[in-house]
Amino acid sequence: MDFRYSEEQLALQDTLRRFIAKDYDFERRRALARSDLGFSADAWAQYAALGLLALPFPEQFGGLGGNGVDTLVVMEQFGQGLLLEPYLSTVVVCGGLIRDAASDAVKKTVLPAIAEGKLRIALAAYEAAGRYELAHVACSADRDGDGWRLTGGKSVVLDAPSADYFLVSARSSGKLTDTDGISLFLVKRDAPGLELLAYPTQSGGRAADLKLERVGVEADALIGPPGQALAIIERAVDLGMAALCAEALGIVTALNEATLSYLKSRKQFGTAIGSFQVLQHRMADMFIAAEQTRSMTIIAAIQDAVGDTAARRRAISGAKAYVGQAARFVGQQAVQLHGAMGVVDEVIVAHYFKRLTQIDMTFGDADFHFARFSDAAAMRNG
Amino acid sequence: MNLNYTAEEESFRAEVRAFLQAELPDDIRSKVRLGRRMRKDDLMRWQKILYRRGWGAGMWPKRYGGAEWSVVEQHIFDEEGAAAGAPPQIPFALRMVAPVLMTFGNAAQQSYFLPRIISGEDWWCQGYSEPGSGSDLASLRTSAVREGNHYLVNGQKTWNTLGQYADWIFCLVRTSSDSRPQQGISFLLIDMKSTGVSVRPIITIEGEHEINDIFFENVQVPVANLVGEENKGWTYAKFLLSHERTNNAGIGNCKRGLKRLKEIASKQTVNGRPLIDDPRFRDRIAEVELELMALEITNLRVLSAVATESRAPGPEVSLLKIKGSEIIQRLTELQMHALGHDALPLLREALEMDWLAPAMLAEHYGAYAPPLTGQYFNQRKTTIYAGSTEIQKNIISKLILGL
Repeated sequence: MDFRYSEEQLALQDTLRRFIAKDYDFERRRALARSDLGFSADAWAQYAALGLLALPFPEQFGGLGGNGVDTLVVMEQFGQGLLLEPYLSTVVVCGGLIRDAASDAVKKTVLPAIAEGKLRIALAAYEAAGRYELAHVACSADRDGDGWRLTGGKSVVLDAPSADYFLVSARSSGKLTDTDGISLFLVKRDAPGLELLAYPTQSGGRAADLKLERVGVEADALIGPPGQALAIIERAVDLGMAALCAEALGIVTALNEATLSYLKSRKQFGTAIGSFQVLQHRMADMFIAAEQTRSMTIIAAIQDAVGDTAARRRAISGAKAYVGQAARFVGQQAVQLHGAMGVVDEVIVAHYFKRLTQIDMTFGDADFHFARFSDAAAMRNG
Repeated sequence: MNLNYTAEEESFRAEVRAFLQAELPDDIRSKVRLGRRMRKDDLMRWQKILYRRGWGAGMWPKRYGGAEWSVVEQHIFDEEGAAAGAPPQIPFALRMVAPVLMTFGNAAQQSYFLPRIISGEDWWCQGYSEPGSGSDLASLRTSAVREGNHYLVNGQKTWNTLGQYADWIFCLVRTSSDSRPQQGISFLLIDMKSTGVSVRPIITIEGEHEINDIFFENVQVPVANLVGEENKGWTYAKFLLSHERTNNAGIGNCKRGLKRLKEIASKQTVNGRPLIDDPRFRDRIAEVELELMALEITNLRVLSAVATESRAPGPEVSLLKIKGSEIIQRLTELQMHALGHDALPLLREALEMDWLAPAMLAEHYGAYAPPLTGQYFNQRKTTIYAGSTEIQKNIISKLILGL
């Protein structure tokens, strides 16, 4: 066993750290979050130049052949720097889905375009009444000649406003929550009948609700087998959750650094507040939570190579639930230990805390995934 | 022991309920219920309505125009008010500076300020914390130097709540550095319109303007605005804090939050069934409901003992503050979680009463959704302000447990 990062991974980490220090300080980040786009187009181009956007794709499609641990290294820094670019949506989730489930023809056009920074995709898989259930699909897909017509709605599609395409789940057969009968389509943003209602999110990103009214797509827009797309969506979302755990890890690490430094420098009653035992023990608990978060994040990061679907899903849900709880603890306590400084907009702590909160509620919160992890059948087999 | 309300108390409850139904303006009620942005006018309008009814200050003695309610009557009023969607009365004037003026102020101060407070004419804010003095309040450095008939005040106060609306600020200032820090502090009333007072907004985590820095630059304050004796301000401040904390349980507010949480969890769905049917989420609600049930009685026990023994509230109010703040934080957190994905959109414009959800959102995004995530973020302050949870536990362990 060897938990060390490779030379390449260390170099990647170092590159990102230097990029954040030079081009992405807190003030810059605040300005970007308020801009129309909501992130930096220049940064996106830099990620392309650095190879980040090609990282998890096979070499034959213009990629670098990276694995889940490489993504961990990147996403941890996305957390540290609170980077706003839609890496998770475009590269990890949608790029990963295309890589794992699309035809060679689609891969050949889509993956190199993502890698070059020319194409962004957002996953439109959740619906308003479905909460966190990917199988809850009311949006319908009806045959129309060789192609399809899509009708329905998708809610809180992350990174939708800047996406060129959407991966839309739609029901081609079966009842509302059937696991069979779900198909997946690559839909152009400007397709006639597709409407967006865009808004910012709590942690500074962008999202939109989508409305599809008889949106026509060609036969080759279908990704994966018709009616059998749920498994491929679940895999992509699982890998997305592993990446979110890594982002949370980066934030938890940064919050602990900031809090520790505050405990050492903030003086009350004639002494640094870090000399009070109750705060020392709290900080020790936060440190432990961060270490446990790192271990869970590693477990999640290696699931991309696990062939057993049930085992992968249980491990990822377990990690998402555990990291959600640990990050909640660290986030709330980092705010508490910063006192009023923790609840003001001009200090980064509040922004880290808000991002952790949003990460927990993306792709299912801690309670949702805890329930999946503790499901009786999964537990007996797990 | 008897936990039943008396016939008189039940008839008082009916009276309060009828009053709220008749007199609480619909626009204010809606803002409170939907968590929309509240303005100075809304709060002052409600204070004036209460004042006209003789309920401007329920717990004040009758000689100052108060209703002299018992602890139980005040509890009934808070409970009914919260259930009806009445806004809270802002505590800085009614519950903080007023008891200090009644106990330590002179006749001139009492006859000038108290009527203006109860009638809703003056808005007061608090000048306590400073950048270097939070939990360690006694280390404060804002100075007041006596020059003839006035003090010259210089310094900075921070984390000042709603000072942008204030007519007056009550301040702790340093008048002497000769001895222990606690012994050189005075309690001064400062007109916010005085030359040299400036207010800088601090935007909080959820993006709203609720708190401020307040700067004092050579501000002249008449000596007549000193409360009690010079250098005795720390005594008055401790007295004030114990009064402030008697309402920190916020039972009425918590009860409204719990009711709201159950409503939201009944409307949100999981696989076509109400979220409230989900056993895990239901348990989360039940846990906090139990805490609140216990705290309601603890609160009444503590306040009844204070009333029966005719004494000032003591260190036991710390436990009300700790538990009350934890409960309201948990309630807002669960309300946010009840929304699922719908907790993520940040729709600041939706905090205005005239906001209408765009058709695409309206189908699923309840009128209750817009403020919930921001409220969760905002309520993190409650375990920090007015004596953090850590400070309250120090008080309990030292003053009650003798550790």
